[in-house]
Amino acid sequence: MNTFGIILMSPLLSPSYGLIVWTLLAFLTILIILKKFAWKPILEALKERENSIQNALDAAEKAKKEMASLNASNEKILQDARMERDLLFKEAREMKDSIIAEAKTKAVVEAERLITAAREIINNEKMAAITEIKNQVATLSIEIAEKILKSELSNDEKQKTLVKSLLEDVKLN
Amino acid sequence: MRSKINTFRAFFLLLGLFCFLSINTQGEEVAKDAGHTATNDGEHEKFNAGKFIIDHVTDKYEWHLWGSHEDPTSIPLPIILYSKEKGLNVFSSARFEHGKASCNGYKLTHDGHIEAEDNAEFYDFSITKTTSEILLACFLLLWVFLTVAKSYTRRTGLAPKGLQSFIEPVILFVRDDIAKASIGEKHYARFVPFLLTAFFFIFVNNLLGLIPIFPGGANVTGNIAVTFTLAFIVLIITLFIGNKHYWGHILWMPGVPAWVKIFLLTPIEIIGVFQRPFVLMIRLFANIAAGHIVILSFVCLIFVFGSSSDLGGWLFSPISMAFALFMNAMELLVAFLQAYVFTLLTAMYFGACVEEPHHKERH
Repeated sequence: MNTFGIILMSPLLSPSYGLIVWTLLAFLTILIILKKFAWKPILEALKERENSIQNALDAAEKAKKEMASLNASNEKILQDARMERDLLFKEAREMKDSIIAEAKTKAVVEAERLITAAREIINNEKMAAITEIKNQVATLSIEIAEKILKSELSNDEKQKTLVKSLLEDVKLN
Repeated sequence: MRSKINTFRAFFLLLGLFCFLSINTQGEEVAKDAGHTATNDGEHEKFNAGKFIIDHVTDKYEWHLWGSHEDPTSIPLPIILYSKEKGLNVFSSARFEHGKASCNGYKLTHDGHIEAEDNAEFYDFSITKTTSEILLACFLLLWVFLTVAKSYTRRTGLAPKGLQSFIEPVILFVRDDIAKASIGEKHYARFVPFLLTAFFFIFVNNLLGLIPIFPGGANVTGNIAVTFTLAFIVLIITLFIGNKHYWGHILWMPGVPAWVKIFLLTPIEIIGVFQRPFVLMIRLFANIAAGHIVILSFVCLIFVFGSSSDLGGWLFSPISMAFALFMNAMELLVAFLQAYVFTLLTAMYFGACVEEPHHKERH
């Protein structure tokens, strides 16, 4: 027998069908039992655990993102508030300036008006006073003249003197 | 990873070749020896390494514990025979008295086979050493995984503990790195139970085979009947799950001239369908059988040296044991590796069968 023949005839290489049948039976039996009672619960439990871990990780990631967006929005609100405040300040300053300016112009106008009015009043008063004084002076002058005339013309002598002086003044040219 | 596997394969092929050659030379001696032992019964029997090794790696009708070939201490196993004439015969292998007696018209031949005394045809469904080892492995698997499954249902959502945490990485490895990686996200889930069962079945049987004493030691995955059965199941599954795309590429490969398809590609592809499980069968069988043979060879070396002089045997034993120890450690790795390779390649075949056409056909 040659080498090849010995190898082929070797009990190692001749499968016995009894063993094939038993192996088939044993393997299929444990396949069915393990599939139903071991692999199913084990794989399901693993899947479930993986899912729960994944969910937890996702939730953490989501929370982190929310936190970040919250921070960002906080920052934005703060920024807005700051801008708003600046705007308000600016507006207030402008308003103040405009109020002051307006007040100033108003005051100037009012003062001028007052001054003009005062001047007018003063003028009127002055004119009135002058008229009054004039009237008074006239009255006084008349009274004085009356008194002088009375005293001058109290006797004949005096009357004659007067006529005389008057006549002297009148130059007959 | 792939290159590592290839290196190992090359290494073991070399070892296997070496072993077959050594069996061959020993085998011729067996032929010479048969007459030799018969004539010189009383004399000190010459140690026959080839016969010893083949005895240890092939199937037996009893579980040998210790003692000589003629009068061993062994555990008898049930013999189950069926023939049309005699019907079903079930009896203990002890009734053969190690080949000295016949029972119910059957006898055990010198090379360990059962023969009918009237040369009638019969079917042999005996619980042999390998069968009982398979049954033991199955009970072990059932016990381990039902326990683990129970702890999964009892401690839902909690971190794994004890046996569970020992098994879980392997389950995840098979599911993610073998099934998901080779079959794809869409289809992998329905193959995971089969791949897990195949992986652990092969792995546990590989490991049991490495235990040299009673509950282990049977060469299960190094028995071609066992690897044939596993590969046959893989073949049947691939035949049934193949989709249109898969069969289309095998029977009528698109984009190739018709005469090339008829005379070359289609025959080759059809051979390929059967050749792939065939290679699965040979690879697992050869790797594990070779591992057993190499370890046994190192042990035998002691007795080969011892048969010429006792001193030689004693002096050589430490060297031999060192080599055997090294090989045993190597076999532990191979036990895992071969379970992995078998499962991985099975998953890849399944993956090819259910692959969706991801590119547009050119016509």
